[in-house]
Amino acid sequence: MSAVDFLRLDLPALLAAVLACGTAGLLGAFLVLRRESLLGDALSHAVLPGIIVGFALTGARAGLPMLIGALAAAMAATLLITLVRRAARIESGAATGAVFTTFFALGLVLMEVTGARSVDLDLDCVLFGQLETLVWLDATGWGSLLDPAALAGLPRQLHLLAGVAVAVGLLVTLLWRPLQILCFDPDYAAALGYPARRLELALNMAVAAAAVAAFEAVGSILVVAMLVCPAAALRLLTDDYRLQVLGSAAAGAAIGVAGYLLAGPLPAALGGTVALNAAGVIGTLGGVAVACAALLRALRRGTPRDAVAAPGA
Amino acid sequence: MTLGYNTLVVLAGCALLGLAAGTVGAFALLRGRALLADAVGHAALPGVVLAALIVAAFGADPRALPPLLAGAAVAGIAGVLAVQALARTRRIREDAAIAIVLSSFYAAGVALLSYVQTLPAAAQAGLSKFILGQAAAMRAEDAFWAGAVAALALAACLLLFQRLRATCFDPDHARVLGLSTQRTDIALLGLIVTVTVAGLQAVGLILIVALLVLPAATARLLTFRLPRLLLISAATGALCGMAGAAASALDPDLPTGAAVVLAGAGCFSLALLLAPERGLLAAGLRRARRRLAAAEEHFLRAAWEAQEAAGAGPGTAGDRWTPIAALAAARGWREGRAWRLARWLAFRDLVALSERQVHLTPRGAAAARRAVRAHRAVEHHLLALGAADTAGADRLADLVEHGLSPEAASRLLPEPSTLPASPHALGGKA
Repeated sequence: MSAVDFLRLDLPALLAAVLACGTAGLLGAFLVLRRESLLGDALSHAVLPGIIVGFALTGARAGLPMLIGALAAAMAATLLITLVRRAARIESGAATGAVFTTFFALGLVLMEVTGARSVDLDLDCVLFGQLETLVWLDATGWGSLLDPAALAGLPRQLHLLAGVAVAVGLLVTLLWRPLQILCFDPDYAAALGYPARRLELALNMAVAAAAVAAFEAVGSILVVAMLVCPAAALRLLTDDYRLQVLGSAAAGAAIGVAGYLLAGPLPAALGGTVALNAAGVIGTLGGVAVACAALLRALRRGTPRDAVAAPGA
Repeated sequence: MTLGYNTLVVLAGCALLGLAAGTVGAFALLRGRALLADAVGHAALPGVVLAALIVAAFGADPRALPPLLAGAAVAGIAGVLAVQALARTRRIREDAAIAIVLSSFYAAGVALLSYVQTLPAAAQAGLSKFILGQAAAMRAEDAFWAGAVAALALAACLLLFQRLRATCFDPDHARVLGLSTQRTDIALLGLIVTVTVAGLQAVGLILIVALLVLPAATARLLTFRLPRLLLISAATGALCGMAGAAASALDPDLPTGAAVVLAGAGCFSLALLLAPERGLLAAGLRRARRRLAAAEEHFLRAAWEAQEAAGAGPGTAGDRWTPIAALAAARGWREGRAWRLARWLAFRDLVALSERQVHLTPRGAAAARRAVRAHRAVEHHLLALGAADTAGADRLADLVEHGLSPEAASRLLPEPSTLPASPHALGGKA
């Protein structure tokens, strides 16, 4: 494979996988630590109607309107979940399930009604992702990496992904300490005077933004895998906050790269003919990572030293 | 649209499916297991695809439903086991385990599906329809199979009714009776898997969870009694199933699952707004009525105390008229509010109104005496306990006196027959 082929076909998809999965892994750590994993599931489904409306209003797949629509939908979904849980007095899992399936269904019907489906945003993209379709046709060689004109020709999805990744990274860096306290002891955070509600809202909005950005690359459902799997794997292996958060991001990015390579390029380089859906392989690897972490933990707990420390853990 | 035989069978099958899902969903919701159906549904995808691959490898028709459903069931059970294994580590709670299993199993299904799509066309026919459901594409025999599986789940649910009820409402009692909650839970999981698998083709694996959750949640808003809850849930489920099938027949491009879910969401929203006891409207009305009753009592008491302050003496409704402005000042109300209340009380014949002055009618005087008595009972009690100073007791009594029954008031007051003096000066608020 020549350098140009790599730059044109593989680099955009690889970059998208790293950015999407890394961002999702980073935010997933907070979801898992705060025991709100289900919210990741819910938000990644619930943003669909917002994306469709943003798309339908502007008639183009522009990043910003879709992002705004998705954030509005995510906010509405979180509020509704709280309302349903309080008013109907059902457990939060069921309330979450009722709300996010409704939003997702609404998104599907809107897609049908607005005709968004036929143009550019199809069901396959929602369900399976479209990592493979990201190409960079302006690349002519390694020099293109430094050429602003060629860089501008990178797929729009990458711009959105990069923007969201930078924003989320900044958010986490700036709020490192408050987020830590919020995760481990929300009451203490409130006692210290941190605006706990607003921090939670910021985190939820970040998750929604990451879900939109990743939606472009891996589809609506597999975002869940990238939000929860790396973080859960690290949760099984470590008690260290820094390791948990940064490790989840790194593990997410690594799984993204490995999944993409395993799906197509690697078998092709070895002479195979089978190309799998990259998002599917990435999600599967996420599950495998959790399973491996669980096994590792079981093995470690088998050793005497941990067996003493383990009860109650 | 003509209602062909095929359409009718599909409608009936979807109704039966909704009936079963509503029933099983009610128990699942009560036992806090409803979301497990989400994991089972998503986990079924690799099972369906693998089953199609195997069937095609043997040269049989890969579109035949039974092997696909069997594959879905096996994968669904594997998903449930994986959720339980992860939850047993205690590091990962059940909701995170559900999210992990549903997303990674689904991802494996997506990868497998993309492999199947590279094969000769026969093997992949219609597999992706399982994801969002397409009732219109169901053949009569598919509907028979789905309906039969759903009927099985329904029958099992009714057979296990006593057990399920005991486990859902009082696990300890069930254990005392010698019913193993663990075994009942396993049976319930089996029922969830069965219903989910039966609904795959009609509703689709992504949204099938809603067919279990929404009807049950709707029923829970409407009743507290289990038999009625089951009936409402099952009926709502059947309605949703039929709505989905009908919508799919009218517009085959519409994902059936979405139609089913939106029908369910419509029922749930209606119940949420209009339910007689737990609905938002009923709750709002209740709150407004309580607020009005409190305001009425405050007004009447203010009128009574104004007469007391003017020297008419406790217990006698003197013939003095009180300006509404004075009452408003005593309560700290704006005059417009006091005026509106006065008109309302005049309408209820509790006060007489003349030239912006009020006068308690005999009925009004009796009601006012009750209100004053309740207020002072609470005040004196709080002061006797040393729980508040005079001004604080007045304020606290304003908050709690309204629900007080006459018996409770007389128990709080040392002498039931006479009205004690107010512990604080009457008139303007401090």
